[in-house]
Amino acid sequence: MPIRSIFNKGSDWLRSEGPHHQIVVSSRVRLARNLAGVPFPGWAKKAERMETLEKIRTKVEGLPEMSDAYSFACQDLSALEKQVLVERHLISREHAAKGAGSAVVMNRRQTLSIMLNEEDHLRMQSIRAGLQLKAAFKAINKVDTELEETVDFAFDPVLGYLTACPSNVGTGMRASAMLHVPGLVLSDQINQVIQAVNKIGLAVRGLYGEGTEALGNLFQISNQITLGEREEEIIERLQKVILQIIEHEQNARQTLLQQRSNTLLDQVGRSYGTLRYAYGMGSKEALNLLSMVKLGCDLGFYPAERQHVVDELFMETQPAHLQKGSQKKLATDERDALRAGIIRGKLENFEAPDVAGVMERAQSAVAPDRGGGHPPESSTESSSEGSV
Amino acid sequence: MLCDVCKTETASVFLTQIVDGKMQKVNMCEACSKEKGVSDPTGFALADLLLGMGAAQPVERSATEGKRCPQCGFTQTEFKKTGRLGCSVCYTTFAEGLEPMLKGMHKGHKHTGKCPERQQRTQARMSALRDLNEALRKAVVEEHYEEAAALRDKSKVLEREE
Repeated sequence: MPIRSIFNKGSDWLRSEGPHHQIVVSSRVRLARNLAGVPFPGWAKKAERMETLEKIRTKVEGLPEMSDAYSFACQDLSALEKQVLVERHLISREHAAKGAGSAVVMNRRQTLSIMLNEEDHLRMQSIRAGLQLKAAFKAINKVDTELEETVDFAFDPVLGYLTACPSNVGTGMRASAMLHVPGLVLSDQINQVIQAVNKIGLAVRGLYGEGTEALGNLFQISNQITLGEREEEIIERLQKVILQIIEHEQNARQTLLQQRSNTLLDQVGRSYGTLRYAYGMGSKEALNLLSMVKLGCDLGFYPAERQHVVDELFMETQPAHLQKGSQKKLATDERDALRAGIIRGKLENFEAPDVAGVMERAQSAVAPDRGGGHPPESSTESSSEGSV
Repeated sequence: MLCDVCKTETASVFLTQIVDGKMQKVNMCEACSKEKGVSDPTGFALADLLLGMGAAQPVERSATEGKRCPQCGFTQTEFKKTGRLGCSVCYTTFAEGLEPMLKGMHKGHKHTGKCPERQQRTQARMSALRDLNEALRKAVVEEHYEEAAALRDKSKVLEREE
């Protein structure tokens, strides 16, 4: 199966709209599993790793969910191809560094991906658009149950699923959501939120997980504890906190509109102007500017259907996505020129922000709730707990 | 009072630190306290010494015992380097050092989530089978042949399952 066909086809979770999609970009749940009686990939000898891979790859490919799967051995992918998969969150950065003895199997919709011989024998993840942690867990849990019918996992009655790193032992589950929170950043509340979230045992990370920068006002929030809590409890707690953050973000946006409208308009307007007329644009700059235009879309500065263009650009301007069509490796300035060109092309028909309309609505204090914005229903009661 | 680290010298440095709301105490001799950098309280985390596999105690011991995982040959030195274990048996091999580390990392130390059902069914069946066969052997030795016959039938039924 040629990997090009994946590249030409977007990920399902990127295009569809999930609950709270204006603030929650995506939800992911991954499970770490190992085979009983076989050394973990990092310690196994190459021959052992190859043997394990052989054994599980057939079983994974045989899953009903993987009937239309793409399956790649890591050594058959180029660095650029692996980077594209990283940018789509289908493999980890660690997995991209792997060669012979590791592989990845993913369904065609790219909502399910299983890394083989990453840090653990199996790293299985399910990804959904918007806030859908429960649905994501349900999907990956089903896959796990199916695999368990024929595979003996390393499991201990007291410690649960045994993983290479003790920080994953127990459920082996990491649930996370990617949040777009420009309001909290612009109003300088983000650090408070991060601190509060850390305090209750959840982790906040940048765009590509552990040790990465927060670009484009995108933050990943995930559970850290895997032992001593049930999967459903972990997800419930995470979900509650995310609903609170959504509420804070919505409040921050309203406050900005009503009290600091000039700052807000300036940010959105400048970003729009730069994106439309620049001839050289780095990927970080692009993310940060696109974030402001995305915020503009959410607030009604642009017609509702424009947001898809912006969402697409978030992915298409990433370094590997940008180069996937090129035959040769591009130099930095060539990349920046290409990126600026793609953005100009996509924004060509993007009209100037409808400032007057938005301000009018803001002044009459009507929330710009439109186009699939689902206000958090249960957040009013959960916010009274005040943990965030 | 002996030093908690080397366990040979008399302790002369007594340190108390609050970590995660819990009071931790350590008694050390002059030499060990210097080695651990206690003279600079800001650069010294008692938690590192007491919690986790970086803890002085298990490291000292592993140096003498040279503990090695019987299943995969993994050592504690290796763990200090990578923070990853060698195989599932390592959790038993290095249980002593891991326990405080897991406690610090997680909520409680007992898994309460999903369990692999088929695997557990199989394990339960195997252990029931072992118990039956042991009872059977005993019954034969004690010449309780009627009981033995009944046990043998049960065991056969169980063997045929799955």
